[in-house]
Amino acid sequence: MHVTFSPEELEFQKEIRAFFRDEFPNDIREMQAKGMELKPADQVRWQQLLHEKGWAGINWPVEYGGTGWTPVQKYIFATEEANANAPFIIPFGLSMVGPVIYTFGNEEQKQRFLPDILASNVWWCQGYSEPGSGSDLASLRTRADLDGDHFVVNGTKTWTTLGQHADWIFCLARTNTDVARRQEGISFILVDMKSSGVSVKPIILLDGTHEVNEIHFDNVEVPVENLVGEEGKGWTYGKVLLQHERANIAAVARSRYRMRRLRKQVSSSVRGATPMIEDKNYMRKLAAVEVELKALEYTELRTLAAVASGKAPGPESSILKIKGTEIQQAIDMLYLQAAGYYALPYVPDQYAPDFSDDPIGQGKETQAALRYFNFRKASIYGGSNEIQKNIIAKHVLGL
Amino acid sequence: MDFSLNEVQEMLTDSIDKFIENDYAFDTRQEYASSDSGYSADVWNMFAELGWTAVPFSEEDGGFNGDQVDIMVMMQCFGRGLVVEPFLANVVLAGGILKRTADAGQKEKWLQPLIGGELHTTLAFTEPQARYDLSDIATTATADGDDWVLDGNKGFVLNGATSSLIIVPARTSGLPGDADGITLFAVPGDTPGMSMNAYHTIDGLRAAELTLENVRVDAGAVLGEIGGGFAALDATIDDATMAISAEAVGIMHVLKDKTIEYSKSRSQFGVPIGSFQALQHRMVDMLTACEQAQSLLMWAAMTCASGDGDAKRAISSIKYLVGTSGQLLGEEAVQIHGGMGVSWELDVAHYFKRLTAISQLFGNADWHLDRLAV
Repeated sequence: MHVTFSPEELEFQKEIRAFFRDEFPNDIREMQAKGMELKPADQVRWQQLLHEKGWAGINWPVEYGGTGWTPVQKYIFATEEANANAPFIIPFGLSMVGPVIYTFGNEEQKQRFLPDILASNVWWCQGYSEPGSGSDLASLRTRADLDGDHFVVNGTKTWTTLGQHADWIFCLARTNTDVARRQEGISFILVDMKSSGVSVKPIILLDGTHEVNEIHFDNVEVPVENLVGEEGKGWTYGKVLLQHERANIAAVARSRYRMRRLRKQVSSSVRGATPMIEDKNYMRKLAAVEVELKALEYTELRTLAAVASGKAPGPESSILKIKGTEIQQAIDMLYLQAAGYYALPYVPDQYAPDFSDDPIGQGKETQAALRYFNFRKASIYGGSNEIQKNIIAKHVLGL
Repeated sequence: MDFSLNEVQEMLTDSIDKFIENDYAFDTRQEYASSDSGYSADVWNMFAELGWTAVPFSEEDGGFNGDQVDIMVMMQCFGRGLVVEPFLANVVLAGGILKRTADAGQKEKWLQPLIGGELHTTLAFTEPQARYDLSDIATTATADGDDWVLDGNKGFVLNGATSSLIIVPARTSGLPGDADGITLFAVPGDTPGMSMNAYHTIDGLRAAELTLENVRVDAGAVLGEIGGGFAALDATIDDATMAISAEAVGIMHVLKDKTIEYSKSRSQFGVPIGSFQALQHRMVDMLTACEQAQSLLMWAAMTCASGDGDAKRAISSIKYLVGTSGQLLGEEAVQIHGGMGVSWELDVAHYFKRLTAISQLFGNADWHLDRLAV
């Protein structure tokens, strides 16, 4: 039992560390440090830089241009990426539709879509949830009716993250209503957002941000070659994708980075106030989160070690999403409490890319509440934590 | 990176698990726990014959050079079996002091027979007023020629009444609360002036209040340096805290498994109670608590064994976690078992009681959280 890296892994860590030290663009680093929103162009620039290194397809096999990294290498990369406070990679192309296409798509689809996904030339978004279908996703009603050489798509998708920037959307749509189980008859279909009949309506979240959208499909014609895999098997493919999503959502390395930064922040005085580290009640809460996070770090490592040795991950892997999001939200609350009154000014302009006035509050204080509000989503998306518990109860506990 | 057990650890796990499966059914355990001594002398001798009592000692002391990870593996097994034999008192507590402080002659006299299973020993690690402060020692030892005379009170001496040798930390200088000035004495249980008020504990074990009145020992009873005993005491209690945390995690796994199993077999309203979502989510929380505790336990044991990193932080972290989410898991196990959960007859209640006792030992959750909250 040990958690030391091999000499090869240490060498790899050095390489990744050097990259984030030397090649992470300064302007993006600075925007990240100030908590500023990245413009889509900067987001793409960053992802393309990773692509040039050959590091865009972290989970992808080598034959499709992926890294082919071992689980330990992926862990090292995620840790260094978090420690550099680098932008999150937008998951819809690289982590979601890409793996579905190289796993279930045909040769033509692989050649047509994968290179642009890998190079972040095309911005993808996800069409799963619908106004009437949240946790009960299989009740979805968006239809794709076959009409000669194309489908006619009608329906509404919602909570579509960053759909306002998207070039393409991958959708679960019903292609057959005459089925024994609702999970059957659902297909995985790729739709060009420029198609006639696609419209995007913004949804503003509680923190005032435009992050998600509602997408309407009104008699949208989609060529049959945009169906991935078999007609009616989309539910199965979609579930595979959700497993990728859940591993990302845990964001353990990011939480570790945020806790370290918080410890630093509370150790020093803001505006001459007594440092929070002197507040025993606060520090007890902080320490309790650190304990849970350390446990989760090792839960993740145990999962990685199991996968690396060719075993299926044990029950410990299934708790990552639940515990990971609970911890993210607990950290949000710690930042919020540390900010005191200065959590209250609602000054989102301060975090817009072109802000140049005197800011209110120090550092990212006035972002603490907004982040706290925004990340209530973490225990809801990717299958709410209650749905996760249903899944674990059924598949792990056999209830 | 590797979380698997090595060959020795595999062997220990296999043999302890087999012993519990074949020879340590719950009813047998209850029988041993209610016997005069509170454990089975035969079982203890078998532990010694199989070498289990030798694990954490150096090869030159006749041991296996085991570290905290090895003890963790063993204690998880003992937890699963709800073992009452005095491994903690003898091997971890008294053994922990002896291996750190005894000279060659003292080791031959006390450590060898301890490992051999012939000598029963324990450590009087606390006093009635001290709560969890190891340095709050008011018991005094006064030099009288070549002898020392000990006076004072010790509380909660684990397996005190069945121990022929009791290691007594006493103050040779300074005041209660000072780390300096504490000296460790090996005192035979039948020394005149030692009186023991023995009792059962809530978890089926035994302990005693010990009064020392004019207890005279010679210079050969002094373990380590005069006035310098605190370091060994502190390190030994650290090891013991790790050990009982591992035991607690073993118990947690059993309670989780038994609860899930019970919820599948117990029917109400015409269906197994495990089909109710209100209970399913709570059992998922129990699984989560188990896996988180297992992960943290491994980290803590590896941190202690590696010697680098902050072992105190690791120990307080795991003890805090088993004292909070472990205790909650125990309460949930009882709750989901319903009326059966609160009956003496069922093993679940006894696992729960041991978990509760562990929460109180060597610093409760609040005490350890305070050590982390700095």
